[in-house]
Amino acid sequence: MADAKKTNKGPKIQLRDVHKAFGAKQVLRGVNLDVGEAESVVIIGGSGTGKSVTLKCILGLLQADKGSIKVAGEEVAGLESGPDRDRLNAKFGMLFQHAALFDSLRVWENVAFSLTAGHGMGRDQAREIAMKKMALVGLSSKVGDLYPAELSSGMQKRVGLARAIAPDPEIIFFDEPTTGLDPIMSDVINELIVTCVKEVGCSALSITHDMVSARRIGDRIAMLYQGKIIWAGPVNQIDRSGNEYVDQFINGRAEGPIEMLVRAL
Amino acid sequence: MNHPIEFVALIGRAFLGFLATAGRLVLFALEGTTHIFRPPFYFRLIRRQMVDIGYYSMPVVGMTGLFAGMVLALQSYTGFARFSAEGAVATVVVLSMTRELGPVLAGLMVAGRIGASMAAEIGTMRVTEQIDALTTLSTNPFKYLIAPRLLAGFTMLPFLVLTADIIGIFGGYVVSVYKLDFNAANYLKRSWEFLEFLDVFSGLVKASVFGFLVALMGCYHGFNSKRGAQGVGAATTNAVVSASILILIFNYIITELFFSK
Repeated sequence: MADAKKTNKGPKIQLRDVHKAFGAKQVLRGVNLDVGEAESVVIIGGSGTGKSVTLKCILGLLQADKGSIKVAGEEVAGLESGPDRDRLNAKFGMLFQHAALFDSLRVWENVAFSLTAGHGMGRDQAREIAMKKMALVGLSSKVGDLYPAELSSGMQKRVGLARAIAPDPEIIFFDEPTTGLDPIMSDVINELIVTCVKEVGCSALSITHDMVSARRIGDRIAMLYQGKIIWAGPVNQIDRSGNEYVDQFINGRAEGPIEMLVRAL
Repeated sequence: MNHPIEFVALIGRAFLGFLATAGRLVLFALEGTTHIFRPPFYFRLIRRQMVDIGYYSMPVVGMTGLFAGMVLALQSYTGFARFSAEGAVATVVVLSMTRELGPVLAGLMVAGRIGASMAAEIGTMRVTEQIDALTTLSTNPFKYLIAPRLLAGFTMLPFLVLTADIIGIFGGYVVSVYKLDFNAANYLKRSWEFLEFLDVFSGLVKASVFGFLVALMGCYHGFNSKRGAQGVGAATTNAVVSASILILIFNYIITELFFSK
């Protein structure tokens, strides 16, 4: 099973036997995973295997039915919305699959959102910080006054990344960071993720089914299949995992033990 | 033999579903309302919602009030002329506008304009993960999205209704004086003579309740929308329909509370 990078402080995120069901559909069936200090872990797996649900359980957007979720040693499973959840979420940065930028706010206001709304910082100071973060992801100050709808999807991802790193989080989550982007823009985003994570010095947990991205941004990779982590290890060992499920997935083969469920319309 | 039982089970399921929805709605309203009084306060958002509801709804509410008052004068005149009671037109216009037509018509128009817009905006935010993003950015969606809208709906609709009352009464005056040849001074005198504080006050209380209901329905359906564009469309429809029905139900309840003997 996944082991954290050896540090004195223990894992930054620790999942033990996490279960989650939606009605009769059991999505997570005992997920165990550690993310170490300043480590980047990528969860791979097919659609519907529970990657997003795992992320949402850690973020508190969903409540796990069973199991333990610890962030920096603090048990957070079952932590409802409120001051404690807000304090915890202040440690997080999140890049959503489709950026999830606020349409009604300008780009710089999106980037500075956690500073103005979350921390009550003045707009002038927050704007200054937002501009610095935007420069870090290669966005000019002119972009700051535009609205998200005026940007391409690649630019929106950059803004989402700037927003994620704006409060200097301890942990950043990336949900399918390269989905919907062309290969060149995907590489740009991957490069930015690596740079930003190093710049901020935080831990990172990403989910993706893009193996190029997983190899690029991860220190370790964990594969989720049928609600369980079936393999975890360093990126350079994934090609020699000895796991036929992992082999089929990373090589993108239709034949193998993983069967794609096709439902008739 | 099974058919009657299945029929009863169907009714039972529908009733339980109704109770569950009502319970969720009450909890949603309580959570949204308590956040109005708990810091931090997003004054910029509250102001924006107040302007959107109170200022930008003014033309549509004003037009509705104007034509409602004009039609009311015309209809009551043709009706009262049958038993020579034309003199009551002014009283009918002023009482109908302040007690009933002002708040109900303004409420329904705002339900169409604001309720739909709130449901669509919040519903789109839900399906594009913007509400999840708020949570991850340590911002409570109830405080940021729901509370400002509930507060703005509750406080702004009385101003709109007051405007609709004044414009509606003016519409009745114009038709009565310039088309039906009423004496202007007499018309104004009769309007003022029979108008009591309670008539206006009850209308404003209705307005506050209707404003709250419109915002609540828009927020509730938007917040709980699912399944992409189709879900947002359904949320918008449900917001307008449920707000309109609740306005009519609460209109009766409040009228009963104020005026039943």
